[in-house]
Amino acid sequence: MEIIKLIVLAMIAVLAAMAANFGQDWPYSVHMFIIMACAFYLFVKGLQKFGDVRPPIDTGYQDDVVRAGVIATSFWGVTGFLVGVYIAFQLAFPALNLDLPFTTFGRLRPLHTSAVIFAFGGNALIATSFYIVQRTCGARLWGGNLSWFVFWGYQLFIVLAATGYLLGATQSKEYAEPEWYVDIWLTIVWVAYLAVYLGTIIKRKEPHIYVANWFFLAFIVTVAMLHIVNNLSLPVSIFSSKSIQLFSGVQDALTQWWYGHNAVGFFLTAGFLGMMYYFVPKQAQKPVFSYKLSIIHFWSLIFLYIWAGPHHLHYTALPDWAQTLGMVFSIMLWMPSWGGMINGLMTLNGAWDKLRTDPVLKMMVLSLAFYGMSTFEGPVMSIKVVNSLSHYTDWTIGHVHSGALGWNGMITFAALYYLTPRLWGRARLYSTAMVNWHFWLATIGIIFYAASMWVTGIMEGLMWREVDAQGFLVNSFADTVAAKFPMYVVRGTGGLMYLSGAIIMCVNLWLTARGVGQTDAQLTAQAIPAE
Amino acid sequence: MDTYSIFRAFADSWGLLAMMLFFIGAILMLFRPGARAMHHDAANIPFRDDAPRPAPTNADVKGDRDA
Repeated sequence: MEIIKLIVLAMIAVLAAMAANFGQDWPYSVHMFIIMACAFYLFVKGLQKFGDVRPPIDTGYQDDVVRAGVIATSFWGVTGFLVGVYIAFQLAFPALNLDLPFTTFGRLRPLHTSAVIFAFGGNALIATSFYIVQRTCGARLWGGNLSWFVFWGYQLFIVLAATGYLLGATQSKEYAEPEWYVDIWLTIVWVAYLAVYLGTIIKRKEPHIYVANWFFLAFIVTVAMLHIVNNLSLPVSIFSSKSIQLFSGVQDALTQWWYGHNAVGFFLTAGFLGMMYYFVPKQAQKPVFSYKLSIIHFWSLIFLYIWAGPHHLHYTALPDWAQTLGMVFSIMLWMPSWGGMINGLMTLNGAWDKLRTDPVLKMMVLSLAFYGMSTFEGPVMSIKVVNSLSHYTDWTIGHVHSGALGWNGMITFAALYYLTPRLWGRARLYSTAMVNWHFWLATIGIIFYAASMWVTGIMEGLMWREVDAQGFLVNSFADTVAAKFPMYVVRGTGGLMYLSGAIIMCVNLWLTARGVGQTDAQLTAQAIPAE
Repeated sequence: MDTYSIFRAFADSWGLLAMMLFFIGAILMLFRPGARAMHHDAANIPFRDDAPRPAPTNADVKGDRDA
């Protein structure tokens, strides 16, 4: 077995070296070089350990991969926020483009979106799902080191995607920019993820599958389906990063937004709801408000979300009935979303006093509030009449960020604060005051962000449609850009505050993991069997 | 008939019916007798996790390693 592994790694390294040599474009060659380096490193490492006696298999929970996930989530989070702040200021001060192709808004923007959604959010989902599935199933992760393959394979995907954007390789599909070979790699990693997750559920000791796992499973399965269908493409050459989509025209557009909106629905909603249904009850030390409601929430959400995508294509070549279908399903989606929000918030019923002392719980409540706010704003914006004003304006960007920074960001921060002391066997966080600082910096940052984008979005929407008595448009596009300048500065400032909060969190988590300021007695008192 | 029309016809007839029935069935299942106790039990799963339960017996592990 070990021999086969080494032979395969050596073959990958040699083939990647050849591909790097024959590569027809710069990003392709760089990527093949990265793959070659990884395979070569693993080959040498495998060779050094060849024939060694395997260490005994642990039997407790497999938490080392979750610890790595916590570190990766924090790292990618700060990286993604930093790029976001930078490009926000690029819009206000175009000189920040630096006149280099690599640092233009067009290349940094997908780097930002992928870093926050897939690197920060994705690592958070993988880490928390591995933590939660073990504890709610009473079973160690299935597949031994396969979970480590998922973790490192996913990091490689992120590095390939990120370097590709900077070097200009993109298939120009929003949130699905990586080119064909990166897509194939992600598919392999994702199948391994599904195997680990399902394997753990199958060998569970708990008769019932806890609802958080339903949400995680829906997330994993649906993302696999979306990813494969939206990335059906033919490379122009096996030695090129360029590929051609199989669909064209409006079919391609609809497939893209079926993918894009369900990336929001299943990656950023279902998966994070899995986190919510575990961490909120744990932190509040009360079971979820209504288990029945959580199951209704689940089925309604997955049955409705999948149809909402066409609302991204209002007033386009998409058939009218499809636009209306997307709009109607988006509006219906409001109900399960609020059902879930109420379920989460009401879990605190009888424990509201904890909010005064526990800033982590406060973050969870805020994230649920933003979940409710953006799942109300979304249906409103999907109504055709509203969309005719809001679409293509900054209102959309504001909406996305109140969901992403408010809901996904805050619930992830709360989860990281919950996990770190437990994973590193510490009695408590290093500093609660720092969590409070993070909470308020992030909250005020989001408010700056969302409020400025509402103002500038509605303003530019109105300016674009303003006509004079003769029916001529009053404003040129450049007029709207000039008018938006102050709001862009406010938005960048909000982002900067959010980033500062995240940096404070990283310091706090680092000192917590190191056990600074905690005595040994405290450490052993709570020493949880981490492994 | 072209593929589009076949899919379209299926989607707004049998496909729609099947999905509606599955959805309604899933919701009705929630209110079956005996579900309340089961849901109460399930809602408490997160609070039973503090000690790893899976630990296979020593014999299992040894057998595995010796092999």
